[in-house]
Formats: sequence, structure tokens, C-alpha cells
Amino acid sequence: MKLNDLERAMAAGELGAAAQAAIEHQVKVGEFFGAADFVEVTQAHVMADTESLGQAGVAWLEGLGAKQGRVRVPTITDPRGTDFAKAGVLKQPGHVAGLERRAIEAFRALGVLMTDTCINYQTIQAPARGERVAFGDTGVVIYANSVCGARSNFEGGPSAVAAGLTGRTPRYGFHLDACRRATLRLRAAFQPATLNEWGALGGLVGRVAGNYWAVPYLEGLETAPGSDALKHFGAAMASFGSIAMYHLAGVTPEASESGGSALKEFRKIEKSDIDALQSAYAGRQEVDVVVFSAPQLSLYELLELAALCDGRRFVRPLLAVTSPQVKPDSDRFGLTKKIEDAGGHVLSGMCFYQSYAREIAEANGWKRLATNSVKLVNILGGYGYVPLLASMERCVEAAEKGRLR
Amino acid sequence: MTVLAARHGIGRKVRGEALVALDGFSARYDLDRIRGVFSRASHKLAGQSYAGKVLVLDTAKGGVATAWMLHEMASRGLVPLAIVLNSVNPILVQGAAFGDVSMLVGFEGDVTAQVPHGATVEIDPAARTLTLLARG
Repeated sequence: MKLNDLERAMAAGELGAAAQAAIEHQVKVGEFFGAADFVEVTQAHVMADTESLGQAGVAWLEGLGAKQGRVRVPTITDPRGTDFAKAGVLKQPGHVAGLERRAIEAFRALGVLMTDTCINYQTIQAPARGERVAFGDTGVVIYANSVCGARSNFEGGPSAVAAGLTGRTPRYGFHLDACRRATLRLRAAFQPATLNEWGALGGLVGRVAGNYWAVPYLEGLETAPGSDALKHFGAAMASFGSIAMYHLAGVTPEASESGGSALKEFRKIEKSDIDALQSAYAGRQEVDVVVFSAPQLSLYELLELAALCDGRRFVRPLLAVTSPQVKPDSDRFGLTKKIEDAGGHVLSGMCFYQSYAREIAEANGWKRLATNSVKLVNILGGYGYVPLLASMERCVEAAEKGRLR
Repeated sequence: MTVLAARHGIGRKVRGEALVALDGFSARYDLDRIRGVFSRASHKLAGQSYAGKVLVLDTAKGGVATAWMLHEMASRGLVPLAIVLNSVNPILVQGAAFGDVSMLVGFEGDVTAQVPHGATVEIDPAARTLTLLARG
């Protein structure tokens, strides 16, 4: 890779050992992908849960701090592994809180802002078109690339920390014009209505597209979806297909110049395809827990959820997970009270699957989990759950009745 | 001796037993990292131990957690020896670089159809080659 004077100084250790370690890691990754040089980024976003970091990752972060590491651009975090105020509800292993506190201290020592959110494009600052960023959550990256027209690859935790420390990232993948062009053209012959249907459509597109370098171009949608619909659509697509960018004809900013409309139509996605995906996670059966998470809920999702909870009494735990930026508004506007008066819990700063999901399943006897998140049902199979997919309304009913209709 | 050429490589030269399947890979989605086995019931390697093995699979799946997790798995000695894929996303490459796991990516044809399950293979990322030393 071609390095400029500043980057050569970092590589030589002239800006400290932490920056040196960071740029060495970035050069390894950049050379793997044939990056010619670096691009400067305006912000970084780091996956920060200790289930992923483990003791070894936290010790690595602490080591960077000991080397006087300090981020050069605003660097924020994805959800943590717990909500300290609700740790008792989750029954997480005893060591979790201590490791989480160590991680928080280590990130803070580097100058990282502990935003603890996977919806930073709704709550912190959405990137602008053409802005180069280093984002570390697949749902965040696909939203930034596709909806905002910003530029990011999937930046895993170590690479996002490195980008924060150096203020740059290797120029490959979705920083290149050529990688942002559509590679397959799909047509939706179905109009999603609920968030789980938007997720199912995204999951199907992801499954068809199939790998990181595919950029689906989707046409046939009759109305422009809102931010929450696109959030579930993109998060599910990234989860099912490891997809980092899509184009929606007439909606997303780069769709018209993506070349997608000139491609041969690959296939139609019918209502029956959506039903088939959802039926893989369906059942009229007992549920042990109801979870709204992945991605964290926006204020408007909590508004809808609170209205559905109002006046009910739950016989199964209902967990609604949001960001630390949304939670105070949910409290102020009485949404948290409505959900918790019904027996639910509003948690913040974490995400269900990043919070030791296997261990809390065993501690609580949770097996059959109902959710409206297509991303969550895709992930939780590996954690030993039987995930059930339904609309928000049916999930709330399940918390009240103990079973899905 | 069969030698397969890859387009991309990272890490050290290693030798080991190959676990082969036309399926994807994500540390979060597919593994019980405590026990060191594939845990997703629908995965073609479900129930098999991955520790010290050369995983020969199709592509990277899912989210960003694998970038941290390979390093964490290596710290406990429950990590694949190497990962060989037809195609990859940045997360697995970042994770391999951070966790010091050898990796080869991109072959002429489907690599999972060219390496027998259980074969002994040598992975040489610098030379970008997979050498079939013995069939399983």
C-alpha cells in the first residue's frame, strides 16, 4: 500500500505504539484486498460487547490504553453486553458485569464515546452522501451505504478501533465506485406492511444475493419505506447474505446510477417466498420469552409497542431493547411505564443476541423465543433457541397468553 | 500431489486435517465457542469439533463479531487452525489478521469440491497454495 507522510510516521511508531499497531493491522487487511492506499474517515463505530471481545479482547484494549492510544476521529460504540440496571432480569453470569466495566474503562481511556447503539443513524448522526466512515455493525453499514449514500465496509471491532486510532481505513470494497454498482436485479411482487415483512423481504434478498460483494437492485416497491422499515430490511439482508449495500429503485440515492435497471431481471420475489421464509420460524405454540431487539427500537417502535401493551398483563417476559439515546425519551413520554406496567421490561444500551444469549437461556429456561426481528431469528438458532417470527402485535399477544396464535 | 492456487492469503504456513462442507461460516451464527463445536443445527458440520482443524467452506456469513471472536477463541486454544473459503467478507479477513488464523480465499472452481473431508492439507498463505498431502 502507498502510505503518505503521516501514515509512514504512524507505521514507524512516531505517533505512539498504539497507532503503530493499528496501522500495521490495517495494512495487513488492505494488502489482502489489494488496497492502493488509505482513505480518511470522519467517524468510527465499534462493536463493543464483551461476549465478542472476551477476556482477550478486553486485555488488548487495555494494552492500547497503556500505550497512550487515543482516537483521532469521533469513535462510538455498538451495543454493550448488558444493561446494568436490568442485569438481574437477564440472570447473566456473574463475571459479565465486571468484564463489561473493564471494557468500558478501556474504551474510555482511548477516547471512545460509549454510545452503545446499533441505530446511530437514527440517534447520533447519520452520515451524509459520499462521507467515508468506518462502521462496525452490519445493519449500520448497509443503512449508511444504501440509504445515506455514505461509504463503509464492514469494520469488525479491531479494525474499527484501528480506524479510530488512525483516522483512516484501507481503500477497498465499498470505498470504490466499482464495488457500489448493482450486480443483480430483483423485482418485488409483494408490498411489505409490517416490520417483520420488511425483514423477511430483506432476508430473502440477502439469501438470493448470497455474499458480501453482491449489490442487489430491487424494484417493484410502490411506496417509499420509512427509516424503521429500511432498518429491518437492511439488517435482515446483511444477516442472511452478509450484504453491505443495496439499491431500491426510486428510493435510495445511488440507485439511478447503479446500472441496476440495465441488468437482466434475475427473479421475482413473490408473497409465497415471504410466507415460506416466515413459516420456517412459525408455529402456534407456547413461548418462553418475547423479545424486541436487533436492531434496537426507535422511539416510534416503542410508541407502537407501548400502545399494544397498554392495559394488558403478561404471563411471559417481554423484553424491549433500545438505545441509551432513546430510553430517556421513552421514559419522559410514558412509553416505558406502559410497557413495564404490563409486566415487560425496557432495556437500553445492549442487544439481546450480544448479551450472552446462550447463558441467559439456560439461566431462565428460555427456549421458544418470539420476536418480530428477522435478523434475530436468523442468529438465535446457533444459540440453541427455537426462534418464532411474528408481527409486533402477535408477539405482544403471546406475552399475554403464553402462546402464539 | 494436488496443489490448489488461491487469489488471496494471510497468516502462517500450517498443516492439518480438513473439515469440508459447502456451507458458510460465522463464529457467532454457527459455533458453540465454549465447547468448540459447530452448533447451528442446519449447518453441514453441526456437532463437529473445529479446534485445530482446517475449515474448507464456501463463504463468510453474517455479522461483524467474528473479527473479535477468532482472537478470543485463540486465547483459549479452541480455534480453527486455518480457514479456506471460495469467497470472503472483510470481517473474516480482519479476524484472521487479528487472531493470527491462516486463511486462503478464491480458487479456480469450488474449493469444497476439490478437497476431501478429512484430508490432510498444507496451507501456505505466502505462496497462496493449498497442498493436498493425504486423503482422509
